[in-house]
Amino acid sequence: MTISLLYALVGVVLLGIGLYSLVIYSHLVKKILALNVAGSGVFLFLVATANQTSGPVPDPVPHAMVLTGIVVAVSATALALALACRIHQVTGTTRLTKNEPE
Amino acid sequence: MRRENGDGLDSQTVKMMATISVLALTSVLGWTVWTLPPFSDRMQRLVASNMAVSGVENPVTAVLLNFRGYDTLLEIGVLMLAALSVLSVVPSPAIFSQSPPSPILILLLRLLLPFIIIVGGYILWIGKYAPGGAFQAGAILAAGGILLSTAAVPFNRLASKAMPFAMAIGLLTFIVVALATMMVRGNFLQYPVAQAGILILVVEAAATISIAIILTLLFIGGNPEESSTAKDEGDKAFIIDKDKANK
Repeated sequence: MTISLLYALVGVVLLGIGLYSLVIYSHLVKKILALNVAGSGVFLFLVATANQTSGPVPDPVPHAMVLTGIVVAVSATALALALACRIHQVTGTTRLTKNEPE
Repeated sequence: MRRENGDGLDSQTVKMMATISVLALTSVLGWTVWTLPPFSDRMQRLVASNMAVSGVENPVTAVLLNFRGYDTLLEIGVLMLAALSVLSVVPSPAIFSQSPPSPILILLLRLLLPFIIIVGGYILWIGKYAPGGAFQAGAILAAGGILLSTAAVPFNRLASKAMPFAMAIGLLTFIVVALATMMVRGNFLQYPVAQAGILILVVEAAATISIAIILTLLFIGGNPEESSTAKDEGDKAFIIDKDKANK
C-alpha cells in the first residue's frame, strides 16, 4: 500500500461524508459546505491517483482537471451562497421545505 | 425547531437510508480504488512526448491551455455565468460602500497592494515554466480586490463602465485566439507551434484580469446602487404579502 493510495482512500471517505451531510442537513449553508467537502474528496482522489506513475513525475492531466474543478467549484459555491442569501431574503428561512411551513 | 424533511419521511428513516447508501457507495468506491492498477503512464507519456510543440515548459500549463484548451475556455465561461448570476441575484451589502475605512486597513492596503500586484504578475509569468498561471494569479489579484472593497473603496461602482469589459476580456480574447488559430491551422485552438508560447501568454494575461475581477465580484455581490430603498421596500412588501397569504 503506497501513500498515494492512502490519500485516494481518504478522498473517497471525504466524498462519503460530504454526500451523507448533503442528505441529512436541511440548512442550506450546511448543504453547500457538504458539497464542498465532497468536492474536496474528489480533488484529493484525483491528485492522489496522479501520483501513481512509474517515474518520479506525477501525471499532469489530473492536476489540470483538479485546477479546472477548483475554479468551477468556487464559482458554483459563490452562486449557491448568493441564492441561499436571496432565499433567506425573500422567504425568511434558510431551509428548503417542500410543504409550506404553517 | 422541528426538522422538516419535506417529503413526509421520518427523519430517522432518512438518516438510516442515507447511512446505508453512502456506506455502500463508499465501500464500492474504496474497493475500486484499492484494486486500481498500480501505475498508469499513458496520459503522462502522451503529454511528455508533445511538450515540444506546446509552447510552454510546465506540463500542467500545457494541458490546461493547449492540449485541453476547450476545458479552460468553457471554465472561464462558467466563471462569467456564475458572476452574472450572482450580480443579478444579490446586491452588494451596504458595508462595502458606506462605512468609513479604518486607518489601519488603509495602511495595510498601501503596503500590501503593490506586492499583491507584483506577485500576481510573477505567478502569471512563471506559469510557463513552473506551477502558476492565470487562475492562481487571478486568485491573488482577487484577494487584493476584496481587500480594496473591505476598505470601502467602492470597487464595483468606481469602475462600473470598465467592469463589464474587464469581466468579458478573458473569454473574448480566448474565443478570438481560438477562432484565429482555427483559420490558420484548421482546428479550434490548435496553436501554431512557433507562436504557441506567446498566444498562451496573451490568453492567460487576459484571463487573469477577468478572473481577478470576477472572483472579487463573486465576493462582494452586485452593484450597490441596485440596492436602493425602493427595491428593498419592494422585497419587504413581497414578504408581507406572503405572510398574509400564509395566514
